[in-house]
Amino acid sequence: MTARGYRFWIGAAIVLSAACVAAAVVKNEYYFYAAYVVIQFVVLATAWNILGGYAGYVNFGSSAFFGVGAYIAVMLIKWLNLPLGLQIIAAAAVGGTLGFGVGLLTLRLRGIFFSIATVAITIILETAVINWRFVGGATGIQILRPPVMEPFESYTKMLFVCMVLLAIIAVAIARHIETSWIGRGLRAIRDNEEAAECTGVPTLKLKLAACAISGALMSAAGAPLAMYQSFVEPASAFNLTYSVSALAMPIIGGTSHWLGPVLGALLLGSVQQIVTVTVSSELNVLVVGVLLVVFVVAAPQGLVGLFTKVKDKVKGN
Amino acid sequence: MAEPLLQITNVSKRFGGFTALDGVDLAVAPGERFGLIGPNGSGKTTLINCISGSLRNESGSIRFGGEDISALPAYQRTRRGIARSFQIPRPFSSMTVMENLMVPLEFVRHRHTLHRSDTRAEALEILGSISLADKADTPSNQLSQVELRKMELARAMAARPRLLISDEAMAGLSGAEIDEVLAILFKLNDSGITIIMIEHIMQAVMRFSQRVVCLDAGKIICEGAPGAIITNANVQRAYLGN
Repeated sequence: MTARGYRFWIGAAIVLSAACVAAAVVKNEYYFYAAYVVIQFVVLATAWNILGGYAGYVNFGSSAFFGVGAYIAVMLIKWLNLPLGLQIIAAAAVGGTLGFGVGLLTLRLRGIFFSIATVAITIILETAVINWRFVGGATGIQILRPPVMEPFESYTKMLFVCMVLLAIIAVAIARHIETSWIGRGLRAIRDNEEAAECTGVPTLKLKLAACAISGALMSAAGAPLAMYQSFVEPASAFNLTYSVSALAMPIIGGTSHWLGPVLGALLLGSVQQIVTVTVSSELNVLVVGVLLVVFVVAAPQGLVGLFTKVKDKVKGN
Repeated sequence: MAEPLLQITNVSKRFGGFTALDGVDLAVAPGERFGLIGPNGSGKTTLINCISGSLRNESGSIRFGGEDISALPAYQRTRRGIARSFQIPRPFSSMTVMENLMVPLEFVRHRHTLHRSDTRAEALEILGSISLADKADTPSNQLSQVELRKMELARAMAARPRLLISDEAMAGLSGAEIDEVLAILFKLNDSGITIIMIEHIMQAVMRFSQRVVCLDAGKIICEGAPGAIITNANVQRAYLGN
């Protein structure tokens, strides 16, 4: 492993330990309730960036994968009463398969046509769930949480630590893709797909792999939603704001580096939580919109691009 | 002629009601310097798109090294030894010159087996051979026109092709720059690579080619040595009209 690799894993271990210590020390449940949402967006944004950022295929259907994850969990709780870990793994498997299937159907489309096709996936799946009584249909379904596992003292804290772990896994996968030959192939596709194909890059295979991995991670992020809210309904699980945020966060943070979606999600996710509490939850979407416009105009390479620019300037002087 | 490296038999390609290629037959021998000319819209680029796999021909067959490659996707053809440059350069613009070369090195040459530092050394060697080594870490979107053309050739070379298709690699270059690119192509041919050159700059294509084919409206109208092509009445009619 390279020195950077060691540094990454040491950083990841510190983040996970800090999350565990916080869960043990901090008493106010609300912080964990809010932080869960922010970290969930770290996973979603990181997953989106694998296809949208590296390969340049803008996926507008993140909420479809997220909602599928949530409903796979609901189904498994109702049907087999499986524990949380297995719900997440199953959701990831289904999300990956869905990503592969959706990819086969849509990845031959390029640009805006691909994006429009992915919006349709959300609508199709939401309609299917609305008409499926077993998982509650349009009215939604109440979930009874099982007793919390040791050593956690509350369910929210346990879900928070679980989401931090998921985020670390997601970021590690994205980072591995970015620094390996797969990442270089995806970047070649983004820059010029025909030239990539003519220099030996199996473009369709790489895009399918990216779409499947991205889908698996998004569905995994949605799986704990059932336990987090104790209640799931189609309108919120398949909400379009997940798609918008999953796309806005990497753009604000920077799509070329794995740190971009993480920073974007932490920044935008936190601002959204603060606005929800201090002003109103309706203002959330406005915050996303304003920040997106500001960054597209002032820093098209996102926060990461901004840092690199400043660093280069300091070096230059 | 020895067993041809590339054998095109009765290849046709239509775009809706427009016939771009109409029963083209062509054979290119190993090590040959082959020129492809024709007026604008005569089907030259369509033909090489069919050879490289960017387009699929509707009928006929394309054999490379004895194998029928008509149904293979472009990346498979590149891995079998067909590389190309583009009429309008298509660099991977978010990457440096070095990284542009790493793509074929990683996806064709070594298929993820070689250590990164070795791949870098190999890329530097290729860049050195066309005097572009000092630009290795320059972002490819900051290159001049001639440097872009050279980088495209270097990227094609990195795939270690047996057949290199150069699609108007000299368009928009000055006289001295044309000589520079021609010298690179001669050098590649000396190392055993078969080259198909598509070019509008007649002086260059006639100097370079051993054999020239002229396309017009999707059909081959003339084939022969450069001297004979220039004086051919059909070719003159295709370019200049009656």
